[in-house]
Amino acid sequence: MLRIGKLPIAVFALFIIAFPWIAHKIPPIENYTDIMIFAGIYCLITLGLSLLMGYAGQISIGHAAFYGIGAYTSAILTANYGFNPWLCMFFGMIVTAAVAVLVGAPSLKLRGHYLAMATLAFGIIVYIVFNEETAWTGGPDGMTGIPGLSLLGFAFDSVDRYYYLVWIFVFAAFIFTANLIQSDTGRALRAIHASETAAGAMGVDISGHKLLVFVYSAVLASLAGSLYAHYLNFINPSTFDLFFSIKLLIMIALGGMYNLWGAIIGAGLITFLSYEWLHYFEEFEVIVYGAILLLVTIFLPKGLAGTPEIVKTWFRK
Amino acid sequence: MEKITLAGQIFQYLITGLTVGSIYAMVAVGFNIIYNVTEIINFAQGEFVMLGGLIMVFFYAVVKLPLVVAFPATVLLVTLVGILLDRLAIRPIRQPTVLTLIIATIAASILIKGAAMLIWGKDPYDLPAFSGRNAITVFGAVIQPQYFWVIGFLIIVVIALSIFFDRTIVGKAMSACADNPDAASLVGINVQQMILLSFALSAAIGAVAGITVTPISLMEYDRGAMLAVKGFGAAILGGLGSFPGAVLGGLIMGTIESMGAGLISSGYKDAFALIVLLVVLFFKPSGIMGSIEISRIKRF
Repeated sequence: MLRIGKLPIAVFALFIIAFPWIAHKIPPIENYTDIMIFAGIYCLITLGLSLLMGYAGQISIGHAAFYGIGAYTSAILTANYGFNPWLCMFFGMIVTAAVAVLVGAPSLKLRGHYLAMATLAFGIIVYIVFNEETAWTGGPDGMTGIPGLSLLGFAFDSVDRYYYLVWIFVFAAFIFTANLIQSDTGRALRAIHASETAAGAMGVDISGHKLLVFVYSAVLASLAGSLYAHYLNFINPSTFDLFFSIKLLIMIALGGMYNLWGAIIGAGLITFLSYEWLHYFEEFEVIVYGAILLLVTIFLPKGLAGTPEIVKTWFRK
Repeated sequence: MEKITLAGQIFQYLITGLTVGSIYAMVAVGFNIIYNVTEIINFAQGEFVMLGGLIMVFFYAVVKLPLVVAFPATVLLVTLVGILLDRLAIRPIRQPTVLTLIIATIAASILIKGAAMLIWGKDPYDLPAFSGRNAITVFGAVIQPQYFWVIGFLIIVVIALSIFFDRTIVGKAMSACADNPDAASLVGINVQQMILLSFALSAAIGAVAGITVTPISLMEYDRGAMLAVKGFGAAILGGLGSFPGAVLGGLIMGTIESMGAGLISSGYKDAFALIVLLVVLFFKPSGIMGSIEISRIKRF
């Protein structure tokens, strides 16, 4: 579980590289490359979030806010002031990190799950701010005119080009996160998850490590938000509402929070469900999400990424 | 037309604040009951309030049952939902950790909300006030008769709960589970049953809150989450686990919200209570009436 095998990564990378080419060949799934861009953007968030839930044992119901702060920082600075998008993306990550420290530090010092409620409250506040500060954010109507991305004269202006850009970010984040898990920090996090008391007695800085993971996950969400804004060239507050935070939670629970692959699987499945496969249910898709979350929690506590383990134990019996 | 003075205005905000605060207080009490027995923060707490309001609309305004029948019938039905929540979402979890239990309550809250949307649609519903809508004017503040019903029911809930926890054997057994579930089960208390009872009880209180507030603020399917987070804020403000704290926290929370919306910005009405929640978490997480000792003992 700890070592991320090289073979699965290679297979997955090949799949990602070949995907747009395959999608072009099969007309019914031609638009799937577009959906995969969103899946990649959500993967960035769930990678950090699964570290927070699976390794630090904390729930956040406010990551939509960090996602939104990234998106709005990029949008306001590039569309209204014409700053360099990459610089704004980086600046958004710094702003988000600062905000995450402010929100996370006090509640992570306490034992238990105060972070869940603190992030829930924070998420709703930020959502209200996006709606009310019309002069900056355009209010409920949102903002238009956000420029696309380009690097050294190469514009990421087609679906395929943006797809590769997003997935390069996802791979970088995946490998960085996997290394983080195998580092001292990762060991400390696992110790904390197993027993806070024991870890504390061994001299592990519990709240410090939890905060580090929380800030890391918030920064990834901010990056995802910037990528989202530059892809759609338009944002409005409803993207960053409470339900999106819950959707992220469902992605993690479905994929499995104790394994980084879980973050990828969960984000991919839920993205395709909500963009493509659940149209039939229209607004009642919320019931489907609730049912998925409840059933997974009861029957698959380790998520889909945990199923190989279950199958293995069956065969051993 | 009488001139509206600032003092009169503030008095008005205070009255409405205390009324809304009574609702938050009831939600906070519901949080505490479940938290004390199980250490779970029940994210579906606000859905009980929403269901209370909407089911009452059905019984009272659609079926036209008399108030004295519709009220208990609604409470009973919502209590049943509380029992089902425990049976279908909490108890089936095989390796319960506080993390998975909280996720289960989040899942349940989405499901209840979705079901309510399926049944009632997205429109807000009105309920006739229990004793008419002829407002009285005191010191320039308009007071709806329904305000008295809300505050009155908070008082009834508080009295009934104190009698229950202090004077009855079941209530004492529940308090014992709250102190130490292992020791409680050693002396023969059925902890599972007490957990079930805690969900039933806090669902019932949520229903009362929903029924009494609907004539004032209407009710729709998606009100639950906001009520839950504000009620939780009230519980934290008062000190998580403390019943007097929950009531005090609720009333203060309601007053701050009402004053903030009236005097500062109505657009940020919902943000005030949440900012209070964050500030309390940051500076005094044990709340007004909670003690550090208790929060250390609790795993959660």
